[in-house]
Amino acid sequence: MNLTLKVWRQANAKAKGNMENYSIADISPDMSFLEMMDVLNEQLIGQGIDPIAFDHDCREGICGMCSMFINGEAHGPDRLVTTCQLHMRKFKDGDTITIEPFRALAFPVIKDLTVDRSAFDRVQQAGGFVSVNTSGNTQDANAIPIAKHDADKAFDAAACIGCGACVASCKNASAMLFVSAKVSQYALLPQGKVEATDRVMNMVKQMDEEGFGNCTNTGACEVECPKGISLENIARMNREYLFASLKG
Amino acid sequence: MSLTSSTIGRKVAMALSGLFLVVFLTQHFTINFISVFSAKTFNEISHFMGNNPLVQFVLQPILIFGVVFHFTMGFVLEIQNRKSRAVQYVKYKGSANASWVSRNMIWSGAVVLSFLGLHFYDFWFPEMNYKYIEVLPLDPARYYEEMTHKFHDFLRVGLYIISFIFLALHLNHGFASSFQSVGVNNKYSSSIKKFAIAFSVIIPVGFIFIALFHHINSL
Repeated sequence: MNLTLKVWRQANAKAKGNMENYSIADISPDMSFLEMMDVLNEQLIGQGIDPIAFDHDCREGICGMCSMFINGEAHGPDRLVTTCQLHMRKFKDGDTITIEPFRALAFPVIKDLTVDRSAFDRVQQAGGFVSVNTSGNTQDANAIPIAKHDADKAFDAAACIGCGACVASCKNASAMLFVSAKVSQYALLPQGKVEATDRVMNMVKQMDEEGFGNCTNTGACEVECPKGISLENIARMNREYLFASLKG
Repeated sequence: MSLTSSTIGRKVAMALSGLFLVVFLTQHFTINFISVFSAKTFNEISHFMGNNPLVQFVLQPILIFGVVFHFTMGFVLEIQNRKSRAVQYVKYKGSANASWVSRNMIWSGAVVLSFLGLHFYDFWFPEMNYKYIEVLPLDPARYYEEMTHKFHDFLRVGLYIISFIFLALHLNHGFASSFQSVGVNNKYSSSIKKFAIAFSVIIPVGFIFIALFHHINSL
């Protein structure tokens, strides 16, 4: 496959970026998108051009590091995949592919296609945990009976890898799907109920402080989420937040 | 909970004010629809609504507050949402993952708000003038004729039809979405969505029918 790539180049966080065009040839349809980017970078290094910085780590759809807004969609045109799982066979020979970093006030660009997603870490640190006694007498979690339905829902929510595709896709750059997944995975389990009130209040407060937008229920986040996190979680977070607010 | 400072508080407030306006819309439609069948009954109800102290001095101010709150909050949220992505994408394929109506609520809402300006100019301001400024004598039989007179002009009817189409688009996303905002997403959500979509079609089409009915009758 021969392709034209329009890629966002930005030297550093303070620099003014712009789109640059690159041509790339002999790309195998079986390559992953990141492998294609590797080939491009080899080509750029050979030409004495600074390679394109992009996030990646596990390259098997687990870590959530690879970002990229490809042809107007987070992680590209495929569904339920991260960029590392996106294959070049999803494109056609001769295509022009636009590649941009995830855009949000809370996700500032570090360089080229890499963005700072530490806002998610701070939201998680604000309440996305269960306080347990680790002195050696911690109760076995399996000793607490949990309804299958609740366990499944909690597991579905816990599948969120915090990649930020929800924020990148939302027209309002809202982080509600991410935060609601983290709230839900604990809210559904008995271990998480003890701190439920503080958790949702603190996480939503931190989310707002980071500058994420408001949810307008467009559903874009759910469609673009590589792990299929459901909007049901946002409704659950809204309920949790309302009840927590009423409790004071 | 602060209804003005947290993102969830704001969306809940937006949803509740929207649901309140849906209830009002149903009541407004019911009264208007009666005008198709009986001018006499329409006059009686309109006279009651226009002169009952509870309606005039309690419900009407609540309604006006609800309308002003809904569109003010809508604009506030829109401004905040635009700030949340200071640098826009070069290529953003919104249609790939969200409906046009859900992405353009601010525009459908702005058209409905503009329509409210015309509607107030047509009916509410003359009514306030009649009752409270010129203090003209009570006339329980004037309402039907006043309404049908307004619908004689096809340009006005055309503007009403366009506005009702945008109202339908606004309701198409907004009605069902408000349930999600207040935390309702369960086994009934599918039925709620179907009902909301039916409502978003039936009520605006009904209003269009009423406007056309009186226009044709006035020819």
